[in-house]
Amino acid sequence: MFSYIVRRLLYTPLIVIGVLIVTFLLFRVVQGDVSAEYAGRSASPETVAEIRKELGFDKPLFINTEAVSEHGVLAVFDSQFFHHFKSAVTFDFGRARVSKQKVSSMLADGAIPSLTLTVPMFLGTLVTAVSISLFIALVRGSVLDTSVVVACVCGMSLPFLALIMFGQYFFAHKLQWFPIFGYEPGLAGAKYFVLPVLMGVFAGLGGDVRFYRTVMLDEINADYIRTARAKGQNTPRILYKHLLKNAMIPIISKVVLAIPFLFLGSLLTERFFGIPGLGYLMVEAIGQRDFQIINAMTFVISVLFVLGNLATDVCYALVDPRVTLN
Amino acid sequence: MTAISTEHVAPAASAGRSLWYDAWLRFRRRKLAMIMLVIVGIYVLVGIGVAMGWLAADWKESVGEAYSPPSWDTPFGTDIFGQSVFRKMIYGTKISLSVAFFASLLSIGIGVPMGAIAGYFRGYVDEVIVWLYSTLSSIPGLLLILAFAYALKGTSLFGHKLDGITAVYLALGLTSWVGLCRLIRGEVIKHKNRDYVTAANAYGASKARVIFRHVIPNVTHLILIDFSLRFVGFIHAEVILSFLGLGAKGEPSWGVMIDDARLELSRGYWWQMAAATLAIFGISLALNIVGDALRDALDPKIRE
Repeated sequence: MFSYIVRRLLYTPLIVIGVLIVTFLLFRVVQGDVSAEYAGRSASPETVAEIRKELGFDKPLFINTEAVSEHGVLAVFDSQFFHHFKSAVTFDFGRARVSKQKVSSMLADGAIPSLTLTVPMFLGTLVTAVSISLFIALVRGSVLDTSVVVACVCGMSLPFLALIMFGQYFFAHKLQWFPIFGYEPGLAGAKYFVLPVLMGVFAGLGGDVRFYRTVMLDEINADYIRTARAKGQNTPRILYKHLLKNAMIPIISKVVLAIPFLFLGSLLTERFFGIPGLGYLMVEAIGQRDFQIINAMTFVISVLFVLGNLATDVCYALVDPRVTLN
Repeated sequence: MTAISTEHVAPAASAGRSLWYDAWLRFRRRKLAMIMLVIVGIYVLVGIGVAMGWLAADWKESVGEAYSPPSWDTPFGTDIFGQSVFRKMIYGTKISLSVAFFASLLSIGIGVPMGAIAGYFRGYVDEVIVWLYSTLSSIPGLLLILAFAYALKGTSLFGHKLDGITAVYLALGLTSWVGLCRLIRGEVIKHKNRDYVTAANAYGASKARVIFRHVIPNVTHLILIDFSLRFVGFIHAEVILSFLGLGAKGEPSWGVMIDDARLELSRGYWWQMAAATLAIFGISLALNIVGDALRDALDPKIRE
């Protein structure tokens, strides 16, 4: 177990380096120098050169051989590749193209609104989906069971984008039950979150109910359930004391893996309901063609995900002695 | 006892039902799945018809006033330019299906050989491939697709400038092989020590032959199941990418239609959105049900 945890810890930096190589290839090699595009059509060559210097595209991609004669051997690392690594490690992702704010502080500012949206959405989906599937496990094979499965597949087939647009139009615009758009920090802003959270829960239910239903059905035919029944225990007790406890393992692993994604917020929901979280920031960055924000976002969210994964695996190893690397 | 059991087995063996025929018989028993398969077939025919220029080639043409509501002549009304929304919906089938098709082709083309090589050779090759897919799967899916589509858009490949939709093919294909690669690697590791692989090695088949002629045909059904369920994801991803301005340009796709409908909806012009949603819902539902039935029919592990 100890060697497993050590190997797992050593593997994590390799993955982070991999993510950095991917983002480097995408934004520095594939996309290439965007300074002319950033400067605009009518910009003078001097302005373009200035922007090129600011974005670092004036440096060679991998190894700076020219700078060695002037600045010594270490200047060989004065390249885009090493600056890409340095900026990620120091969380210094430059300034946004339009607002000129620091990208790192924009990311920090976006985290709270995103979490305010996604945490209730996530918990709501989880509780509803687990409750429905527990109940379905009782009536398995009935018409109700089949219709719930059909409803789940239908829910999964609806495009999320259309769902948000329709929900916003119908409940906020037409019925005026909720505000259409807006954000306020603190409790005063809660009213803006109700509809987006409900829509998120609704959209997530299809897939989740189907997943948990399978989990519950795997357990309900197990011997321990039959034993509990034979002992004459009543149904709620079997459900909550025996079934749910054993079904906890797949539920928890799904939950832990979902947590890092909460930071990203819900890209489309935030955009439509005007919640200034990370998803909104990302959509805006695409519109403004600001690659530095997209690059920073990809890196930061991936690192969170890698760390979440690491924490899960280490916890499993500590709890379950059967876990080994393969 | 022996006589009875051989007599019982013999007809089945002489009939020589293959795994695929067997699966087809099981699949055919599911009425709903058969109906859905027909629906998928209709979508494919429509897509081919549009690609060939037989259907909806005149989508650009104005058929009436702007924003006229659904009527007998224009089943889904008209858009801002007076173009028939129905024709745009038909045309969008081509975009969506071609995105899903090319992305799947690319992801199978990368995922299957990589997974098979990793699983068969193990060692350093395996370590590198596992590292590569662990890295890519550490980047949340939508974020990865967005980053790829963003970076690829407007760049050139072999002197050919990538327009929006080609960038979408590439972005989806280059990011989605990971799951397939992991699946195939696991299966190949299992198959590697089976007798038929040992036999193929013993009579001197080359490693490439063993992998591609012997092992891969034995895991094809997994590729098919994976493919059918992934298709839906690709169609939905195209919608999101088009909405974000990273997708089709100058051609109507379902994503572009939903994006257009954003401003129409608050003015009460619901038909463009309804048409696109209906088209997406229909193919997703059909593919989801066909995919599930395929899995039940082809995967011996679940079969009872």
